[in-house]
Amino acid sequence: MTRTYLDFEKPIAELESKIEDLKSLGDGESSVSIEDEVKQLELKAKSALEQIYSGLSPWQKTQVARHPERPHCKDYIDALIEDFVPLAGDRYYSEDRAIMGGVGRFRGRSVVVIGNEKGDDTESRLDRNFGMARPEGYRKAVRLMKMADKFGMPVITLVDTAGAYPGIGAEERGQAEAIARSIDCCLEVSVPLVSVVIGEGGSGGAVAIATANRVLMLEHSIYTVASPEAAASILWRDSSRAQDAATNMKITAQDLFQFGIIDVIVTEPLGGAHRDKSAIMQIMGNMVERALREFDGLPGEDIKQARHEKFLEIGRSL
Amino acid sequence: MNWINSVVRPKIRGLLQKRDVPENLWIKCPETGQMVFHKDVEANQFVIPGSDYHMRMSAQLRLASFFDEGKFEKLDHVEVPLDPLKFRDERRYTDRLKDAKTKTSLDDAVIAGVGSLEGQDVIAAVQDFGFMGGSLGMAAGEMIIASMLEAVKRETPYILFAASGGARMQEGMFSLMQMPRTTVAVQRLREAKLPYMVVLTHPTTGGVTASYAMLGDVHLAEPGALICFAGPRVIEQTIREKLPDGFQRAEYLMEHGMVDAVVHRHQLRETLSRLSSLFMERRELKRRVQVRKTPQKKLPEQPVAAKMKVVTDNPAPSEEEKKSGDTGEKPVNPTTIPLEKAAAE
Repeated sequence: MTRTYLDFEKPIAELESKIEDLKSLGDGESSVSIEDEVKQLELKAKSALEQIYSGLSPWQKTQVARHPERPHCKDYIDALIEDFVPLAGDRYYSEDRAIMGGVGRFRGRSVVVIGNEKGDDTESRLDRNFGMARPEGYRKAVRLMKMADKFGMPVITLVDTAGAYPGIGAEERGQAEAIARSIDCCLEVSVPLVSVVIGEGGSGGAVAIATANRVLMLEHSIYTVASPEAAASILWRDSSRAQDAATNMKITAQDLFQFGIIDVIVTEPLGGAHRDKSAIMQIMGNMVERALREFDGLPGEDIKQARHEKFLEIGRSL
Repeated sequence: MNWINSVVRPKIRGLLQKRDVPENLWIKCPETGQMVFHKDVEANQFVIPGSDYHMRMSAQLRLASFFDEGKFEKLDHVEVPLDPLKFRDERRYTDRLKDAKTKTSLDDAVIAGVGSLEGQDVIAAVQDFGFMGGSLGMAAGEMIIASMLEAVKRETPYILFAASGGARMQEGMFSLMQMPRTTVAVQRLREAKLPYMVVLTHPTTGGVTASYAMLGDVHLAEPGALICFAGPRVIEQTIREKLPDGFQRAEYLMEHGMVDAVVHRHQLRETLSRLSSLFMERRELKRRVQVRKTPQKKLPEQPVAAKMKVVTDNPAPSEEEKKSGDTGEKPVNPTTIPLEKAAAE
């Protein structure tokens, strides 16, 4: 599979294509000099990657967060959840494919998993509405969270959406109310809730399922009050100034950790989660497990109260 | 900025401010184009006589026209960290804040007051669209929370007049966090079993609609108010279609089950007062049972008292009567129930 390179990854793209060329040259007869050359280049590529990824700007992070090869909710579920049973529908109107949900076993515990799924080719993207949920998606999330509460199952949510879908039907069926109820439900359940922003955490559509006891963010993911494009069109009335919005709005995991808005930064493999999918699955799994362990043995009421306190505290001690 | 700006600017601003005479004594009705005298509109609670178009109202005037005799005690503004992002777009956020403060004489977009509504104690909060579009930032969020908690403390109904363009972009994620934060306060009201009534006014959008403004026990809306999550402009850009007439208006929301009633501004006080007294009746009954324990304490005269005459006019029961528990309709001796427990029943 050919890798998609982002514009700022040009030096890496050049090095890696050179390596490929040399490797195919060396395929016939194994020449020592070519092998050496390849090794040299690989080292160079690695250090270039290190250098670029250690200093990503907020806008570059936005691009990484939206990288077409970045692992999505479905990938994490496949890798981390055993005996997964997907559950569909809000019981009122329809199923919303933009939000996945179901029950399964995560490292020995039965859990409820809810997450935004963007899809990874044209067909699945359309099917998933690019990860932008309608009211049904949030109402399904509420249904599943209540079920988790009933059976004492922790809830893991995986956030990856540009935002809730702005459409006629969505408004007609009460998009705002659906999001409000979902936030309300997040705050009401007595089981631990752990959220991970795996790509884009966009606005109300994200916080609807990310009002959690612990909010984790992947190193190169973003979490925003409005997508950089939307913010730019509000602030400058020009969505092409998204880059400025991204820079000014403090949307990176590092900034938000500083502000106390998120709890944990999950370190990504060198060059981003998409460069080593199995590694990120392992790392993320470990961090989620650690977060869940913190609530082992705590009474449900305490878990809920802790969540309330945590949110009330945000911004109070800056 | 050079020195001349700091000297000249405030003076210019001062000059502009002195003109408290409305710029235009005549107001053009946005609906019919009819010209109306400003004073007539003001006297009519900013509803245009004739067309019944509901204009926007400042928070201060809203509270004054809501409480009995226009009297209320304003809750203190909650101090919050200013400009945590050190934000600037074309201008500094701190400058925008300063301007909004001078323009509205408010500390931020939300003010709240304690007062009485047809004799009942209530707390009401108002979002002022004139203050940076009524946007929800840290200060506004704290005020919503503080006023809701005050209602819990005083055991009064809570009324919110919502109006907002949505999140305050200049505060980034701190703004988004007000959605769960205010929801925590809504849950406190719910746990205390106090009525939470929302009046959706023009316009209520974005993060405000998608959190506390849609979590009321009752949702009222003023005629013609735009109420939505995504604004019409955003939707038109997404689907590239013209939106139907009346889309996302109060009447449309009622039709689609999101709003209980569309109420004319002139009828709001009466409707809210009626709802409050109905919701509070049982609690009020229990409170009176409590107060009977200390008969020397005189009860404030309230309209609900009329309905409860049987209870209040009864002489205080004797000790035996209390013990036998046949004073009230409930089998449990009411005097032994602590107030919190009684209220939680």
